[in-house]
Amino acid sequence: MPMSVLVAVLVALSLAGFYMGRSRALDAAGGRMANLHSVPGYYGFYAAIWAGLPALLVIVVWSAFGGAVVNALVWSSLPADAVQGLSPSQQSLLMTNILNVAGGNAGAAETSPVVRAAAEYHQHLRGIGRWALAALAFSLAVGGLWYARSRITPSLRARNQVERVVQALLIMCSLVAILTTVGIVMSLLFEAIRFFGRVSPVEFLFGLHWSPQTAIRADQVGSSGAFGAVPLFAGTILISLIAMLVAVPVGLLAAVYMAEYAPPRVRATVKPVLEILAGIPTVVYGFFAALTMAPLIRDAGQAVGLNVASESALAAGVVMGIMIIPFVSSLSDDVINAVPQSLRDGAYGLGATRSETIKQVVLPAALPGIVGAVLLAVSRAIGETMIVVMAAGLAANLTANPLAAVTTVTVQIATLLVGDQEFDSAKTLSAFGLGLVLFTVTLCLNVIALRVVQKYREKYD
Amino acid sequence: MVAQTQIQARADARPQGGVAPAVKMEARGVKVFYGAKQALKGIDLDVRDRQVTALIGPSGCGKSTFLRCLNRMNDTIDIARVEGLMTLDGQDIYDRSIDVVQLRARVGMVFQKPNPFPKSIYDNVSYGPKIHGLAAGKDEMDEVVEKSLQRAGLWNEVKDRLREPGTGLSGGQQQRLCIARAIAVSPEVILMDEPCSALDPIATAHIEELIDELRANYTIVIVTHNMQQAARVSQRTAFFHLGEMVEVGDTEEIFTNPHDERTQGYITGRYG
Repeated sequence: MPMSVLVAVLVALSLAGFYMGRSRALDAAGGRMANLHSVPGYYGFYAAIWAGLPALLVIVVWSAFGGAVVNALVWSSLPADAVQGLSPSQQSLLMTNILNVAGGNAGAAETSPVVRAAAEYHQHLRGIGRWALAALAFSLAVGGLWYARSRITPSLRARNQVERVVQALLIMCSLVAILTTVGIVMSLLFEAIRFFGRVSPVEFLFGLHWSPQTAIRADQVGSSGAFGAVPLFAGTILISLIAMLVAVPVGLLAAVYMAEYAPPRVRATVKPVLEILAGIPTVVYGFFAALTMAPLIRDAGQAVGLNVASESALAAGVVMGIMIIPFVSSLSDDVINAVPQSLRDGAYGLGATRSETIKQVVLPAALPGIVGAVLLAVSRAIGETMIVVMAAGLAANLTANPLAAVTTVTVQIATLLVGDQEFDSAKTLSAFGLGLVLFTVTLCLNVIALRVVQKYREKYD
Repeated sequence: MVAQTQIQARADARPQGGVAPAVKMEARGVKVFYGAKQALKGIDLDVRDRQVTALIGPSGCGKSTFLRCLNRMNDTIDIARVEGLMTLDGQDIYDRSIDVVQLRARVGMVFQKPNPFPKSIYDNVSYGPKIHGLAAGKDEMDEVVEKSLQRAGLWNEVKDRLREPGTGLSGGQQQRLCIARAIAVSPEVILMDEPCSALDPIATAHIEELIDELRANYTIVIVTHNMQQAARVSQRTAFFHLGEMVEVGDTEEIFTNPHDERTQGYITGRYG
């Protein structure tokens, strides 16, 4: 029986359980709702949960572990001489062969009788497993339904039990996000540890030369590779700095205008338009930076006699700054608006002008929130990849000159992992080392930003 | 420096003791609209110099709106529109030649809810004098701050912690800090919008005593819901009802012998 049919049957049983539970509760109460502990619908959900949930759990468990169990059984059924003396990779190759044949993906003619027999056994086991699962799930559903029916009395606390199940569901949903994060961090951490087994962390964090090309053959030129990441950190900081120099003043002043000066009608138009900037895909910013901004800066530089690379940190930083403006302006606008009107009135009542009020009362009061907004924008800038890939180049120069080409941590990660790569060379593993550093930095920034914003909130609520 | 000499000149121009109370502020036919809604329907009222004038009336009667006309705080509300004549020392305060910033330095305001700035106690009081350039140098500023806090009856409680944030004070202390902040600019008129409504009875008694003392130097207009308070602190009382000023007179007369039936009904608690 295919899985979809099974699930459909379970859904039907749950639905039946809902109506059965509701009408049974009403019957048991003699048709008077006041006699019931909970509203009739809860008895319906109670029965539906008993009908659906245990069977569903069995299906989930089978999907997760059933395949492994079948594979283990097939493996143990193989004749001893076929598996003896195989290396782990040869073992997994053999198993893949069996699975392919069983799935009908490989021509059975080319395979050995041992594999063919194992594949048939595999199909046989899977067939049994499917039917057993269907039978088990169905009987669990019916049994659950019957159990719920026998339990339903007017005094049953159906609402409390249903709410407990719903609460468990909510907890599981929030766990998904947390566990995913933990999983990502873990994989990053383990790969990074592998990398640091080959390259010392001291060289990685303090080395001044970045050249991750390692030789495939022993006789190649430039064989060893150099993994000093300082030029990458420097490039990241340089570009982020340029971006913040553009985004913070422009964004903050735009926020002050929107929050304090703009008539409501203008604000209602300007704010969404500014937020559209945040909706432009970064790759579009990227070719804007590479095709418009970079040549513009190069030509302007040449006009005044400066030597500007056609891929410059300045072009990437400026465009990234433009991209971040809506972050700064929108968040700052919110915190400025959250400053109580009574504070403004207090300043006006003393004869302060509008600009005095903004500079000396409103902005200081909103400062923690603005700092939070800026920190969030910084972590966005540090993590940005696409614009820099397209506009800042790949050369790992250690320079503070914004007119030179630089590269960033994110760009290197992208280039290290693009294309066919073996995952056990220092070159590819270095991407995880970089990723770990990047993650740590942005995590710290985000934590600080959230703490600052939180502290600010406590003050006025 | 210019502002300081101006304020000095204004102080000299005040009538000196022994003269019958002159009219400090004058309202003639003042109407206020919030959008299409009319909040005040033509108010005529004189505010006498160095007296406390209380504005009483049920909620929504327009007394706070009228108070906010006296230093043009309604300008900060986009949809508000003010008509009629309103003068300070005979000068139309809605005239084009009047700078609203200068006006508010002369007509200070204390609000319903204490609203100290999120700065230190010292900076709260020194803020007004600083923006108007009323103190040259730190010593002079220290003096202004101390004098203002003393006048507001707060000095003894805060003199050892002037650098701590003003928001850390209790509600009553915060309100006295706001009064000190208003006094520090040396205004001629102080407007108080229900200054005690957020305070407990003891803090309220403090503020009332303070108002009585301030009367020697300042003209005070106070909006209050508390009729005992109006009777205790004011010399003149105006009764507002539904955007009109029903009756104005000496406080004693309003409370003992009101002419209008509505005034009588309100002060005896029949409605409002």
